[in-house]
Amino acid sequence: MTAPLAAPVEVDDPEVGTVPTSDVPWIVLVWNDPINLMSYVTLVLQKVFGYSKEKATNLMLDVHQKGRAVVSTGAREKAELDVYRLHEHGLWATMQQDK
Amino acid sequence: MGRRIRRHRKGHVIVDLDEHERRILRDLAEQLRALLLDGSEPSLRRLFPTAHPDDEVKEREYQSLVHDNLLEHRLATLDEFEATLDAATLTVAQTERWMTALNDLRLVLGTLLDVSEDSVEFDPDAEDAFSQAVYHFLGGLLEQVVDVLFSTLPPPAK
Repeated sequence: MTAPLAAPVEVDDPEVGTVPTSDVPWIVLVWNDPINLMSYVTLVLQKVFGYSKEKATNLMLDVHQKGRAVVSTGAREKAELDVYRLHEHGLWATMQQDK
Repeated sequence: MGRRIRRHRKGHVIVDLDEHERRILRDLAEQLRALLLDGSEPSLRRLFPTAHPDDEVKEREYQSLVHDNLLEHRLATLDEFEATLDAATLTVAQTERWMTALNDLRLVLGTLLDVSEDSVEFDPDAEDAFSQAVYHFLGGLLEQVVDVLFSTLPPPAK
């Protein structure tokens, strides 16, 4: 048994080289602030993302020294959840599309 | 600041605070609850951060999605913190609530004191010397709580 041939459907040629906006991954940033303790930020990154102490410490140091660090990436829903969990812990987190 | 929070070898966490310190924490918790329920105090802003600073529409969506959850979460954490404020020992889960509550208190007090990276030195002659002292006390306590909780984390996932 063979599948019936599908009738040809006219489609617009997709523009080559562009990705729909919704498919561009999101990045979650944590920003430096003068209140949160360095050890606290490290612990929260370990707790929320399951990172090793080394990775969490390096991210925390980036935040402290460079003013911000990308702590996770992914689809909008995932990024939003990550931001929410960081906000629960009082970290200054934002998200944006990684254009 | 001497050691107030430490892990017992059987797993629970020992809290060694005196009556005066516990009363200060209770007062702070009650003040924060009042501020949270009122909702209009600008120094609460660090407890409800912005997710989309450059996109008003998405920011409104995010806030309408999470603001009430975040408020409930903070009030529930504060409840559990207050309920265990007289305890001599805490479970690890209760210690985590302490961590979040202490950090919330610190964020609001630090915002009220307008703390910056360069203004962390305690000035006993300042008008707000008591608030400064409380801020430093919260920081010392939180540092010890964090220290204890590091030893309770599961092995890293990656």
